[in-house]
Amino acid sequence: MTTALKLVLLFPLIGVVFGLTFGRRLPEKVVGWISSLCVGAAFVSAVIAVSGFLGLEHGEAGVSVVLFEWIATGPVHIDAALWLDQLSSVMILVVTGVGFLIHVYSIGYMHGDWGFGRFFTWMNLFTFAMLLLVLGDSLAMLFIGWEGVGLCSYLLIGFWFEKDSAADAGRKAFVVNRIGDAAFISGMLALFALFGTLNIQEIIHLSPEVFAVGGSAVTIITLLLFVGATGKSAQIPLHIWLPDAMEGPTPVSALIHAATMVTAGVYLVARMGSIFIMAPTTLAVVALVGALTAIVAGLIGIAQHDIKKVLAYSTVSQLGFMFLALGAGAFAVGIFHLMTHAFFKGLLFLGAGSVIHAMSDKQDMREMGGLRKKLPITHATMVIAGLALAGIPFFSGFFSKDEILYEAWAGPNGHPLFWVLGAIAAVLTGIYIFRLLYLTFWSKSRVPDDIHPHESPKVMTVPLMILAVLAAVGGFIGLPKVLGGGAWIQDFIGTATGAAAHGAEAVGELGAEAAHGGGGLQVILMVVSVLLALTGFWIARRWYGREEPYPEVPEQAVPGLWKAMRQKFYFDEFYFLIIGKPLLKLSEWLYRFFDVKIIDGTVNGAGQVTNTLARWIAGLQVGHVGIYALALAGGAAIRTETGKGLSNG
Amino acid sequence: MNAQDLTLFGSIWAHWLSWTILIPVLGALAIAIVPKDRHTLMKGIALVVSLIVFVMGIAIWFSFDPDTAAFQMTESMRWIPGIGASYLVGIDGMSMILVVLTAFLTPIALLGTWTSVTEKMKGYTASILMLEAGMIGVFVARDLFLFYIFWEAMLIPMYLLIGVWGGPRRIYAAVKFILYTLVGSFLMLIAILALYFLHGKLTGVYTFDLAAFEQIAIPFGAQTWLFLAFTFAFCIKVPLWPFHTWLPDAHVEAPTFGSVILAGVLLKMGTYGLLRFSLPLFPVAATLAVPYLATLSIIGITYGGLVAWVQKDIKSLVAYSSVAHLGFVVLGIFTFRAEGLSGSMLQMVNHGLSTGALFILVGYIYQRRHTRQIDDFGGLAKVMPIYAAILLVVAFSSAGLPGLNGFVGEFLILIAAFQVSPWMAIPAIPGIIIAALYLLRLLRGVIWGPLDKEENKVLKDLNLREILTMVPLLVLIVMIGIFPKPFLRPLEPVAAKIEKRMNSVRQPVRYVIETPSPGDPESRDTVPADETAAPEATPAESDEPNSAEMVT
Repeated sequence: MTTALKLVLLFPLIGVVFGLTFGRRLPEKVVGWISSLCVGAAFVSAVIAVSGFLGLEHGEAGVSVVLFEWIATGPVHIDAALWLDQLSSVMILVVTGVGFLIHVYSIGYMHGDWGFGRFFTWMNLFTFAMLLLVLGDSLAMLFIGWEGVGLCSYLLIGFWFEKDSAADAGRKAFVVNRIGDAAFISGMLALFALFGTLNIQEIIHLSPEVFAVGGSAVTIITLLLFVGATGKSAQIPLHIWLPDAMEGPTPVSALIHAATMVTAGVYLVARMGSIFIMAPTTLAVVALVGALTAIVAGLIGIAQHDIKKVLAYSTVSQLGFMFLALGAGAFAVGIFHLMTHAFFKGLLFLGAGSVIHAMSDKQDMREMGGLRKKLPITHATMVIAGLALAGIPFFSGFFSKDEILYEAWAGPNGHPLFWVLGAIAAVLTGIYIFRLLYLTFWSKSRVPDDIHPHESPKVMTVPLMILAVLAAVGGFIGLPKVLGGGAWIQDFIGTATGAAAHGAEAVGELGAEAAHGGGGLQVILMVVSVLLALTGFWIARRWYGREEPYPEVPEQAVPGLWKAMRQKFYFDEFYFLIIGKPLLKLSEWLYRFFDVKIIDGTVNGAGQVTNTLARWIAGLQVGHVGIYALALAGGAAIRTETGKGLSNG
Repeated sequence: MNAQDLTLFGSIWAHWLSWTILIPVLGALAIAIVPKDRHTLMKGIALVVSLIVFVMGIAIWFSFDPDTAAFQMTESMRWIPGIGASYLVGIDGMSMILVVLTAFLTPIALLGTWTSVTEKMKGYTASILMLEAGMIGVFVARDLFLFYIFWEAMLIPMYLLIGVWGGPRRIYAAVKFILYTLVGSFLMLIAILALYFLHGKLTGVYTFDLAAFEQIAIPFGAQTWLFLAFTFAFCIKVPLWPFHTWLPDAHVEAPTFGSVILAGVLLKMGTYGLLRFSLPLFPVAATLAVPYLATLSIIGITYGGLVAWVQKDIKSLVAYSSVAHLGFVVLGIFTFRAEGLSGSMLQMVNHGLSTGALFILVGYIYQRRHTRQIDDFGGLAKVMPIYAAILLVVAFSSAGLPGLNGFVGEFLILIAAFQVSPWMAIPAIPGIIIAALYLLRLLRGVIWGPLDKEENKVLKDLNLREILTMVPLLVLIVMIGIFPKPFLRPLEPVAAKIEKRMNSVRQPVRYVIETPSPGDPESRDTVPADETAAPEATPAESDEPNSAEMVT
């Protein structure tokens, strides 16, 4: 099993080395398939590793695999080590499984691109870094993966670097992420100062002795980690990079900016769940930020015309749902939604890629419509994904989202207010996804005459179909107990995130109550959440179900609000005004005024004074004053000085 | 060392460090007698000689015992008995790694700039070798008089490199460089003499031996002044904000070789001096100076980064980034904690590698386009993919990306600083964001974006020589990032020794938010003291708390 776990990391690494050496020399098909098979092999290894872990007799909390000692100096000891438990099991299966399908899809999608080999090299590097992130046994290892995926995200967003917009978007993503990373690092430093280690299990184990529940230290540290999470997972106020990230090739959006990397923040909070649970204030902040992000991103998503932008804001919004679950204290449910989201959102992006492919790279939905007949497979699979996203029973997203809404109300840290916010976001979800389906597939065709849409090749549609199956039935592993299910996935992940929270026994009780009691409330809320999704569908149908050229119903109804939504509530402009511009001005001033005028001016001025003085002295004297003569004089002076100092002391 | 007397090798090995200094000097002499127009021969001699020195450096690395802080490969000769100056050389882990860095970077920089200088070749190549000799001398000298000689001697070839083979404003830059340094070293000279007489007064023995100075308890008043004089000289060299303005000028005007060595090795002499002299000789004064130097470091980190961000010339961007990076090194030094000290020493090497590599890379495109303005480039990844890939790795190494070398050092420094006080670490952290700002701006402007300038469309990618020059740098950049242990190991005893020295004179100041934790620094008192540190430290330990009391 430990070998299998090492292989999980090794295979993508082999892919990277292969890509670097042969990526530009071998034919496309060979490069693409070898690279995909590396991820496929990692998936197989992951299955073996996870089943090995499940088969363990003694029910260990997890398996630790030490690769080598990374840093060991003074009191700092950090191993390069992996940790496999329930949580990382789910993550590596999602990353390699969905990752494999997206790799295969890319063979078709990237066909003919001059950077084909580069694309697959970076995708493999990304897979490696993402696996390191979820398998790392210490925050330091996690952080290496964390920055590694950030690097790959930067490179892949800017993949078509000759476009200014792509190059800018990549840079924006990295810099905004670094703001979060700075907070993450601060949190790590504080944890190290208090615990003397960065090993996650050790920290969790020691936390009841070090932290007081609700104390300022645990609150500050968890808030810092959460700020790091908001960067990576695109939550307000650091969400602005994700929509721009759509400049990257669509498979990148599917893999990195929907299914895996952006969920790293969710993973981090869940991983440190036992610490977060000790800071109720932080959890409330997490839930509020998540809920607000879900609503704001949902609103913006409704008003976008670019099919990928809609999906990007949808991702931001769904990540908000996940944080809402985490903030309510339902870590396992957050991860459950992470998993179903990986299926249906990955599928939506790949479907969008198929549409864009068919539309000769057009992304504006106002020029689409009626593609249902032209792209039957893409249509069918995307509808499944859309239904899952909207939370229509009994597609995968229904179970996870329904659980989130329930936990938002009744979870260990839940509150009816959180439920209300989540419910609003759920309606918005229905609106934007059915708007997308109407505008793309169901309405009358607005496709320009010179474009002849065609279904994508098998290498692209087969991954779509596999993901569609997962998006349809993937939720049943988390079938709630009130529906006669075993809530298997929640219990499974809960073992890793909740059970370790021995510092807060209350959580266990509340969790038990959430799982067993309160069945009546859960059924009511479930019915309501279905009604919410249908409301969204109904609104989208009223606005976009008519057979007209692009309808502008909300534009005319609420022009002011619509404009703000279209302009993304002016976040970018606002940040530029209060941070970007002043910082640039300050830097220019520091350089042009402070550095050149003040410091250099002083130095040059001193030089001039000396110069004048020297000339004046030279006029008086015949020779020049040698530096060593001066030195001798100085030395003698000091000698007497220190001599005095000595006799005094 | 186990010198096998009687054999030729044995006698050379006994003076191995002296030979590493002497061989470049001999090489320079050989170049002096080569006919004036045999340019390739001169470069060949310089390269071969620097490669010999590099091989000798490798031998030093492998024969070095990394488990002790004692000086190794020591040589001791009476030199000027009249004033008590002796020829004392030897290396501990810190000296060793810097000597190897010097021996490594010199041939790399020479190869990387093989065709960049075409005139006055004799002086150029001779200066390079003399510079190498001087730099190695600085790192191995254990006698302050000898140290000072090397310190000053090394200035001359660097001054010439900037002033003769530099850019349009080379004279201004060279004079500025030498004046700045001279002001500092003049103060240092006075301090060295004062120390000399002080020691003589106290013990009756007049000597410049560093080890002797470490054993006396210097009265607090004198300690303060001497500390200030030494530290001022070193801070100019680092350069610590606000003494940095000579650096951008020197870098921009220097020929590429000069920039590489300046950034790669010369700047480390400042931080080396702090660790070798300012801390161990004047621990009480150094302890009192922590808030001030930490503040200047943090200002330097932020300020250097912000100013780098708005530079138009790539070389001055990299120059200001050095101010920021060296700010981290100084911050780590003044934590006085083992992990911070080894982090700082490792970061000196890291900065040498990544900034050295950056300057070589700037040189590559400068030679092709004769401009260094960021705005003149763009989209080079299209025509120079190998160049772009290498620049990418090096830039991210400089930005401190985990998995590459820069992160290890920065992380250790921050860990140490935070344990001293959160206020020492947190203000430095925005520097990490700013590093991303300026390095990504560099990448965005040079390799990404549309390839819209006609002159750039015909650029040729790196040739074999240029690639081979970068390979060793890239290997180390990746290796230190993934497996830093072999590089941290020789530094550890040195760091532990300095930490112990500093702990012996100060009240431990700890800022603990809540209950003490298992990582409690006080529980590490069992660091094994090595043979030399113990007897040295004993008299100092008994005396210096008294001098500290004079303050309070």
